[in-house]
Amino acid sequence: MITRRFNYALLAGLVALGLPAISHADEVLVAVAANFTAPMKIIATAFEKATGHQAELSFGSTGKLYTQIRNGAPFDVLLAADDETPAKLVKEGLAVPASRFTYAIGALVLWSAKPGFVDNEGAVLKKGAFAHLALAAPKLAPYGAAAMETLSKIGLMSTLSPKFVQGENIAQAYQFVSTGNAELGFVALSQVYANGKLTSGSVWVVPTDLYHPIRQDAVILTRGKINPAARDLVKFLKSKQAQDVIRSYGYTL
Amino acid sequence: MNFDNPDLAAVWLTVKLAALTTSILIVIGTPIAWWLAHTRSWWKGPAGALVALPIVLPPTVLGFYLLVAMGPDGPVGHFTRFLGLGLLPFTFWGLVVASVFYSLPFVVQPIQNAFEAVNERHAEAAATLRASPLDTFFTIVLPLAKPGYLTATVMGFAHTVGEFGVVLMIGGNIPDKTRVVSVQIYDQVEAMEYGRAHGLAAGMVIFSFLVLLGLYTLNPTGRRK
Amino acid sequence: MNSAIRARFKLDYSGFSLDVDVELPGRGVTALFGPSGSGKTTLLRCIAGLERAPDGFLQVKGTVWQDDAKRIFLPTYQRPLGYVFQEASLFPHLDVRRNLEYGMKRVPASERRVSLEQAIELLGIGALLAQKPDTLSGGERQRVGIARALSVSPKILLMDEPLAALDLARKQEILPFLERLHDELEIPILYVSHAPDEVARLANHIVVMDGGRALANGPLSETLARLDLPIRLGEDAGVVIDANVGARDEAWHLLRADFAGGSLWVRDTGGAIGEPVRVRILARDVSLALVRPDHTSILNQLPGNIVALADDAHPSLALVRIQVGDTPLLARVTKLSAETLGLAPGKSVWVQVKSVALMR
Repeated sequence: MITRRFNYALLAGLVALGLPAISHADEVLVAVAANFTAPMKIIATAFEKATGHQAELSFGSTGKLYTQIRNGAPFDVLLAADDETPAKLVKEGLAVPASRFTYAIGALVLWSAKPGFVDNEGAVLKKGAFAHLALAAPKLAPYGAAAMETLSKIGLMSTLSPKFVQGENIAQAYQFVSTGNAELGFVALSQVYANGKLTSGSVWVVPTDLYHPIRQDAVILTRGKINPAARDLVKFLKSKQAQDVIRSYGYTL
Repeated sequence: MNFDNPDLAAVWLTVKLAALTTSILIVIGTPIAWWLAHTRSWWKGPAGALVALPIVLPPTVLGFYLLVAMGPDGPVGHFTRFLGLGLLPFTFWGLVVASVFYSLPFVVQPIQNAFEAVNERHAEAAATLRASPLDTFFTIVLPLAKPGYLTATVMGFAHTVGEFGVVLMIGGNIPDKTRVVSVQIYDQVEAMEYGRAHGLAAGMVIFSFLVLLGLYTLNPTGRRK
Repeated sequence: MNSAIRARFKLDYSGFSLDVDVELPGRGVTALFGPSGSGKTTLLRCIAGLERAPDGFLQVKGTVWQDDAKRIFLPTYQRPLGYVFQEASLFPHLDVRRNLEYGMKRVPASERRVSLEQAIELLGIGALLAQKPDTLSGGERQRVGIARALSVSPKILLMDEPLAALDLARKQEILPFLERLHDELEIPILYVSHAPDEVARLANHIVVMDGGRALANGPLSETLARLDLPIRLGEDAGVVIDANVGARDEAWHLLRADFAGGSLWVRDTGGAIGEPVRVRILARDVSLALVRPDHTSILNQLPGNIVALADDAHPSLALVRIQVGDTPLLARVTKLSAETLGLAPGKSVWVQVKSVALMR
């Protein structure tokens, strides 16, 4: 703690003097896809404890985070909800190519806050006995895109699209369902799973052959290239301790 | 009205929402403003603060509470279902209700100020000329409070057009129903469709500027006493 | 007294209370006179119903407007009254004509006694009809305000210091109109004022207010001649006498004003024979003699009887009330003179009036 405070003071001093700060010595700013919010908070705490670094987390839809990064947001690391966005950032020279890796593979679920509302087969979708189906905006969130893909494959796209209510990200889709305003919705398994079981309501885990696997990639951004804390965070994400947390939320690796 | 162009659809929806919200607010805001301007009750302070809350509250707070309150387990939700109206979130009328709350102070406060500025003697004079209180209100107070109503209308309309957070929270982003201009712009920016976003965003800037310009030109602050 | 108005009000604000029980005549001009804060405006507002005394009774020309014992309270807009505010309080968004029509339109045609034309003519505002209030002078505004109050054909006209906001010239402009009101319309007027000249000129009856109470209530000349009350209309005690022009002396430019008990010669200001005039005689302008004085420049000498004596403000002076026929007069003399002449109630004296002011 004392060292950290000292470094803050030093950093502030350097900035005040107008000297170029060498790096954020032991602070890492992490942009995190909304679906990974819960596990990342646990991981960040463990990371801080293990390394003495500090991790500042910023949550949002992958699309929004991408836009912010493109426009100079001061993030060191991106934990995306897909693999396309980090690839794109690498191509655009905004991320460190070698640092890209898949930290989790997400699973899409159809979930309702009401027990027994969603069946194991997802037949509830065919019956259509509901007013609103929540999903994340497909343009912005990979889980939204996966939901659209699933609905296309099972041939319900045109029937159900009038019932769509779109959350800006997967967290808002979850909020619509959890408050009961939408009877059911496509969310990430990680949002309704903890310690390997369903936390509430009823769920259909969408079979992985109905959508492209949601490979969630992480990448160190150009800005974090010389930040040792960024490297340490990526290293920590690959540790068994972090992977156990990730699995407990229903992700595969 | 249906538009093939989603931008025009969003503009039309926004105008419809703002016009309806403003009309409703003028009607319900008038008695509230009248009461606030004239009461000597202990409740004046708390009531005034309640009305002004949306000025300081983040829209997300209001949106979140409205989402919960209007949901199937919330009191408003129970009430609307009891009335056979169904649930309000993700509907146009849900946005109207939310906007009414959100823009309330921007309509009530100018009207309240205008009422307070009307010399009480004029109402007394009307009473000595056989005008009942209601008669006095419509023939004397309302005409004298006209500048306040102009301000209230413009502010209520403009503020509803500029609303974003609340709509995002309870709208569900449904084309022609809840996808208003501000949400459309947000989507386009996030999806990197900067070209289209510019069209709408610049339109908003020009609209807001013209509204405020009109307000300041028609209703200079020095003229109203 | 023809007591067409009975008003009893009790009111307690912090720092101010009103406690009056008065009967007022149903004709002529009744002045509510007193210093500011004496409660005269509050009394007027209670009569109008603009202020509500929690415990009150008010009857106007046979109709009860307020009786809290019976839970009767007629709201202002149901009372057939006219009200003139100190500031004219014209409706700023309406032109003069529409200000005048505002009240008239709200009175059923069968109850209209004053026509718009009559009100316009009476107040001389025909040229102003198309103007907005903010383009009018203070005097014009007040005349429109009075015409507007008349437009509802009131059974009683309440005026709250209608001239107080005007300068002397504007006052002079309006006073003749007020006299015409009184002379031409059979509407009793309650007139709140703290200006002695207005009261001396206009009032027939006076209620003297102080500290929320009515100290005196009676016909003007009688009340002004009371020795037991410190009533000063202006700088000095004095009386007001209503008279009629009895004769004219063309050669010397004098008029003879005849009143109940005698006559006075005053400057000829052009009144026709038989026309009513009002004169004011201050106590300091009246001296007393035991025999009819000869060889004096003082024109007006009247025989009378002393009714009473009282101390005046300075210990050297006394006020004497003399009855001349039916009319009381006040004289100020030194106590030394009173002693020397042996002035006492019942004694016959000659009253010499050095100066008479013609009020109208």
